[in-house]
Amino acid sequence: MLEQSYFAKADELIARYGRQPSAIIPVLEDIQEAYRYIPRELLTYVADALGIKESKAYSIATFYKNFSFEPKGKYVIKVCDGTACHVRHSAPILAAMQKELGLSAQKHTTDDMLFTVETVSCLGACGLAPTLTVNDEVHPKMTPEKAVALLQELRGEAQ
Amino acid sequence: MRMEDRNSLLERRETAQQALSAYRCRILVCAGTGCIASGSQVIAETMRKLCQDLPNVEVECCGHVPHIGIANTGCQGICELGPLVRIEPYHYQYVKVKPEDCAEIVEKTVCRGEPVERLFYESQNGKTCPKPEDIPFMAGQTRVVLEHCGNIDAVSLDEYIAVGGYDALSKALFDMTPDQVIQEVDRSGLRGRGGGGFPTGTKWKQVAAHTEAPVKYVVCNGDEGDPGAFMDGSVMEGDPYKLIEGLTIAGYAVGATEGYIYVRAEYPNSVSRLHYAIAQAEEAGLLGENILGSGVTFHLHVNRGAGAFVCGEGSALTASIEGNRGMPRTKPPRTVDHGLWEQPTVLNNVETYANVPNIVLRGADWFRTIGSDNSPGTKTFSITGSIANTGLIEVPMGTTLREIIYDIGGGIKGGGDFKAVQIGGPSGGCLTREHLDVGLDFDTVKKYDAIVGSGGLVVMDEHTCMVEVARFFMSFTQRESCGKCSPCRIGTKRMLEILERIVAGKGTLEDLDKLEEIAEFVRKNSLCGLGKSAPLPVISTLKRFRKEYEEHIVDHKCAAHVCEALKQYKVDPDKCIGCTKCARNCPVEAISGTVKQPHAIDPDKCIKCGTCLSGCPVGAIYVD
Repeated sequence: MLEQSYFAKADELIARYGRQPSAIIPVLEDIQEAYRYIPRELLTYVADALGIKESKAYSIATFYKNFSFEPKGKYVIKVCDGTACHVRHSAPILAAMQKELGLSAQKHTTDDMLFTVETVSCLGACGLAPTLTVNDEVHPKMTPEKAVALLQELRGEAQ
Repeated sequence: MRMEDRNSLLERRETAQQALSAYRCRILVCAGTGCIASGSQVIAETMRKLCQDLPNVEVECCGHVPHIGIANTGCQGICELGPLVRIEPYHYQYVKVKPEDCAEIVEKTVCRGEPVERLFYESQNGKTCPKPEDIPFMAGQTRVVLEHCGNIDAVSLDEYIAVGGYDALSKALFDMTPDQVIQEVDRSGLRGRGGGGFPTGTKWKQVAAHTEAPVKYVVCNGDEGDPGAFMDGSVMEGDPYKLIEGLTIAGYAVGATEGYIYVRAEYPNSVSRLHYAIAQAEEAGLLGENILGSGVTFHLHVNRGAGAFVCGEGSALTASIEGNRGMPRTKPPRTVDHGLWEQPTVLNNVETYANVPNIVLRGADWFRTIGSDNSPGTKTFSITGSIANTGLIEVPMGTTLREIIYDIGGGIKGGGDFKAVQIGGPSGGCLTREHLDVGLDFDTVKKYDAIVGSGGLVVMDEHTCMVEVARFFMSFTQRESCGKCSPCRIGTKRMLEILERIVAGKGTLEDLDKLEEIAEFVRKNSLCGLGKSAPLPVISTLKRFRKEYEEHIVDHKCAAHVCEALKQYKVDPDKCIGCTKCARNCPVEAISGTVKQPHAIDPDKCIKCGTCLSGCPVGAIYVD
């Protein structure tokens, strides 16, 4: 059973965006942002409150890439693999981070819930390619070495 | 304070202009996504602290004491040289500014008006460029949409008003009928900047003609999903009021009272600045009920995307605003007839709306003096990839690739050879050396199996493998295909499988024919623009770089040395000293040779792990 505070948060968001079916996406976006994932119970709750069938809410939550049912790590790292970053060799950066953290194309989050590593198709900072973001903060002109150093820095910060 | 009539706008402009001209000095720090990533906010903070410590000076106040302004501006253009700082009224452009440079800038430039020469840009031929227009990258541009980016505080309504902002809206509201506004836009020949190039005036006319509709909508497509494109993001974060003004004029023209801006989630700066700017405009009486006392009402909302490229397609975008899966539907009915919530809807992209204020204010004839006959006006492009100066540019339609890449972009990074440029992102195609003198406008580019698209230009040199690029784009569109129609859902998957086989060295020549066949089929039969254009990168690379495909298949060679599976590790017999280290280290015993004799690698056994390369004490092993 989910803590009461989660439902209170959902109520607050529903009040902000309006109790109508079209509010589903903004409400889910803010839930995702607050908890770094969408708890299934909360999806049921929100669907019910907005007058949407649970199956439809589920179809929406699974359609958009930014929604996740799996909890994400404290630091969500998005390695840009947009065209500009790709031609400036972003793939080795992703590989280096996955290797350092023991992650793969299937496993995105470390067991200690500290890091999630995924790719994104363009952050709009192409002039500084290759880039990545840590919780929305853009880090420019990355290299595999800089990326690994960044992970170590974040690890130190978390302790 | 709320403005109730046209006069109060004029008064507010006067006050704002006085405030702006009374600054003894202004420090304009670029706050585009690129420069923020390079640390421009630390620079702005450091400057603020240093200036506050100056005796007898105030930072940002309009009193009589000498005062200094520090503004966060929109993208100044040359992202690679960031953080960018410009000091007015001296008009000095500093590049790659570091926090430790700030003290010197304040001491010399802010206090004494002297330049800090070491922070000027130095062009490739060694020329120092003190002013922004001295920099070749800036000199070749015509800035209309981006005219304010870098020159004013991005979120200050007063500064926007001071430079003439909202003049166009008040002209439209008080001097023109909605029909006259549409006529002006129509006559200007403005075409949709989102990629299709559909005439904006025609769209507006069709929506305005729906007089029976109880409600109509104006929707702005800011879901700039093409990887490698960031023009619309730069407009939204760099000059949000201009976009809002353009949307308000559109609302007035077609008779819509509600507007939506759909912004992709990856642009947090755009979202927050638009929210702020909308609130400011509402408070000033420039948005909302009874705008400037004219009786006209227009409300604006911001919707964030949730990570789906297909939502850049019109009907998918409106479905997403309605709270559904963002999937395109069959057309007709078209968006202008049945758009958002089944009502007539004007849907244009950011850059299109941002062109509107200037067209209304300066007239269609002025607009037609820029660009080419069939595509008047300017176009913004983001130039990235293997180019010396990456960044955001705006040039007249019809400007040639050569001018963009060599005059503005400074040529290929590291002085290499130009190979191709991908135009229009994953929905576009590649242009090569033979197209360097083609003028870029909607109709011309289409002739070469490419599209202007939203304007992403990714430059590629000889280190780029075109087959790998085609695979990269296909993996993107395949991932982003919404799955509704089978040509796109299945076709992109099959094409991707073939391309993956080829880059792995396992392709056959029949694969190429199959690839062509599927590409044509998907192009013809997909439901929406995403599917129809998904095969373009394959079609254009197959046409222009077929030899490269064949080399991968027949010779198992990737000339650009990109495709991992086709790399061959070899021993240079002249350098090899026969120490046997590589043979001992090789995990699959692919290396043979006797002591003190050159060794050799068996390509059939080699798994390309690179252990031999990194371990060789004399650098005798290389990748071919």
